[in-house]
Amino acid sequence: MKTVLEVSAIENGTVIDHIPSGSLFKIMNILQLENITNRITFGNNLESKRMGTKAIIKISDMEVPQEALNKIAIFAPMARVNYIKNFEVVRKLSVSVPDTLEGSIRCANPICVTNKEPVTPKFEIVDKEKVTLRCHYCEKITTQEQFEIIK
Amino acid sequence: MSKSLVSINDFTKEEILKIMDLAAEFEADPNQKLLCDKVIATLFFEPSTRTRLSFESAINRLGGRVIGFADTSNTSVSKGETLHDTIRMVSNYTDMIVMRHYIEGAARYASECATVPVVNAGDGSNQHPSQTLLDLYSIKKTQGRLDNIHIMVVGDLKYGRTVHSLIQAMAHFNGRFTFVAPPELELPEEYKIFLREHRMEFRETTDMNAYIREADIIYMTRVQRERFSDLMEYERVKNAYILRDSMLEGTKENMRILHPLPRVNEIHTSVDANPKAYYFDQARNGVFTRMAIISYLLGVK
Repeated sequence: MKTVLEVSAIENGTVIDHIPSGSLFKIMNILQLENITNRITFGNNLESKRMGTKAIIKISDMEVPQEALNKIAIFAPMARVNYIKNFEVVRKLSVSVPDTLEGSIRCANPICVTNKEPVTPKFEIVDKEKVTLRCHYCEKITTQEQFEIIK
Repeated sequence: MSKSLVSINDFTKEEILKIMDLAAEFEADPNQKLLCDKVIATLFFEPSTRTRLSFESAINRLGGRVIGFADTSNTSVSKGETLHDTIRMVSNYTDMIVMRHYIEGAARYASECATVPVVNAGDGSNQHPSQTLLDLYSIKKTQGRLDNIHIMVVGDLKYGRTVHSLIQAMAHFNGRFTFVAPPELELPEEYKIFLREHRMEFRETTDMNAYIREADIIYMTRVQRERFSDLMEYERVKNAYILRDSMLEGTKENMRILHPLPRVNEIHTSVDANPKAYYFDQARNGVFTRMAIISYLLGVK
């Protein structure tokens, strides 16, 4: 029986649930949450029937826009997003991994042109489940474990 | 945007076959002045005598003129100019850019900056499509066809870009492969995925002699010193796979040995006199293939 909420409910805002535990801080980074003054609560390594462990982020008084959420999809393809008003879920959204990705991630190949010249990285997402990227320029693969965020 | 050749995947099967036909035409008549009013740049950010001379010979045989550089020491690149700016400038001076660069993906990027067609003459360990097309031309010439050829690839399958592009190209022709390499240099997983996706038959072995009698083509590659960050590893594997004349006994009559060259010692010189050695003819085919690529992209053929 659940007696305590692990991460307390919010009145208004955005809840991002079903984040893989290892991806929590990457997602905070991509959403640039360190720069906002809204109240943010989060939990990591929480129990999850579906995922084993998971992370959750609750951002008060802010609707995280769809385009930002597409960027987190590459780290949390299973993520569920709920928009909350007056403690009620008013809209649900599941993120979807896009076909292509521009910016956000550094190509894992150190001698790729995107790491040597002022060129924005561009990828084709060749495996949406594992989120495997193929560089549009050097054609090399970048796997999720290699993801490094660029802003 | 003008059509470039950066990766072998930029050409459809029909275009590959068109290049094969054109190359045969140029072989039959190698001096056709189709480019009398054209200037072509050969920009070699990484030195390569063979590829550069082959391209320049092709351009000259077509009656075109060549400008460019064979290394970057006396250029604005050494002053810190970006690739973007170099390519934009050279686009203004020429009708086509042939480029080799040590940075991977540089050719794709250049093709996006340029206003003229770009031909990738090698970008790091990534792509070298004109080599692939001349390999295909050599296979077609010696085997009479491209379909259902069994190719045994030996040596550096990890870093060897010619191997990777050859696999991609042979997907059009139901190619079968035997890969022979030491474990350190075995074919990367991404290419095995590609082979499976395209339902291409392949097997891997560390023993050069295991399937040599079944091969239509033996494709030898050099274990390239410049691809190793660990020189100890290079010393360990460099002598692992050497083809000797005695090993060719009992191989197929139609079998031919290809090598992108330069070789170091992976084909023993005793093989050179064997009629199955084809690597020097293969290099000659490179000129005709490049004539075909250039004239096709410039729309003069």
